[in-house]
Amino acid sequence: MADKVTFELVSPERLLLATEADMVVVPGQEGDFGVLSGHQPVISMLRPGAVDIYEGERLVERIFVAGGFAEVSSDRLTVLVEEATAQKDVDQAALPRRIAELRERIEEAGEDEMLRQSLEARLAYLELMGESGQPH
Amino acid sequence: MPSLKSLRIRINSVKSTQKITKAMKTVAASKLRRAQEAAQAARPYAERMERMLASLAAGQAGNDNAPRLLNGTGRDQVHLLVVATADRGLCGAFNSSIARAARRKAQELLLAGKEVKILCVGRKGRDILRRDLAKHIVDSMEATKGKRLAFSDADGVKAKVMEMFEKGEFDICTIFYNHFRSAISQVVTEQQLIPAAVAGSEPVDLGGAAYEYEPDEEQILDRLLPRNLAVQIYRALLENQASEQGARMTAMDNATRNAGEMIKKLTLVYNRNRQAVITKELIEIISGAEAV
Repeated sequence: MADKVTFELVSPERLLLATEADMVVVPGQEGDFGVLSGHQPVISMLRPGAVDIYEGERLVERIFVAGGFAEVSSDRLTVLVEEATAQKDVDQAALPRRIAELRERIEEAGEDEMLRQSLEARLAYLELMGESGQPH
Repeated sequence: MPSLKSLRIRINSVKSTQKITKAMKTVAASKLRRAQEAAQAARPYAERMERMLASLAAGQAGNDNAPRLLNGTGRDQVHLLVVATADRGLCGAFNSSIARAARRKAQELLLAGKEVKILCVGRKGRDILRRDLAKHIVDSMEATKGKRLAFSDADGVKAKVMEMFEKGEFDICTIFYNHFRSAISQVVTEQQLIPAAVAGSEPVDLGGAAYEYEPDEEQILDRLLPRNLAVQIYRALLENQASEQGARMTAMDNATRNAGEMIKKLTLVYNRNRQAVITKELIEIISGAEAV
């Protein structure tokens, strides 16, 4: 197996995760891409989606992110996010209620374009956790 | 000469004050530790964002169409001063030193014929600046909404700044805060937020390879710059928070010590008076007995 890639997940408040992995798949703005050691340097925006960490062929951890930025340089991948939830921490029971609440707020937002966009992004993030939240 | 009773009351009141200042010092010390940890934890994000921004900005040098957050509006007529202070007092010169620096800057700018707008973050700064710069204050908000400083607090400040910037209400934005050096030393710092000061961090050496951007550089910059603004504000608020607790700790330590000295002095007076009273009574009794 080739060298590993150093993966760091950072939120404004703290370093969420720093680990080594064989491959990390991140949800880029223009499609998911996998990062292995020796990847071309890239700076990419992320859409809400799942970051998958692979150890060999096996998916070891899946983390949902609400959009952010990814930076790849030599053997390092840095993902800057505003919000992230590991799959194992998702509270499936509370999700439908939170989604419903958010829908209501989007209704109320009406004309306020900025607010609506940020709420919709949030909604997409929550729905994503609901859909692919089932363990493999 | 104060009566014995009034002395006793005073000693007791100083003692209870000392208890309070001592408790406040302990609380500030533990809050300081937490604030320092928070500041440390926030560092990786800021560092990495700076690095990303540096490599992006390098590619934008000389580009006239670069985002205005990076290059500014091309004027420096209207200045927005973001004055970050604490919501509470009793922390030594912490609030007043920030306010003083902001006031000096404001006066300088006004003398130079510029326009000044002030955004107060933190209740105390507003209270101080309201006295003589009231008409320049455009808005004020509290430093922290919840118990702890969260990123969303900084995001709120950023939203306000961005809103004003997009309406073209100012050209240059500067933030004032206390840089935390140690518990006894905090340095008032002014930092320019808009246009973004990117210089200072070197882009990473990629060994000849260049970054690929996805989507393109402009779009990333458009998103990255506002985030960077929020991060810078967040960092300033974190520094401020640590400084505030440090300043309070020192102030309360001094207060406790002063109270101790005062108690010592008052006790001395009290004892001397008490002895004088006893001696006087003895003299009265003895001379009374001799007269018989």
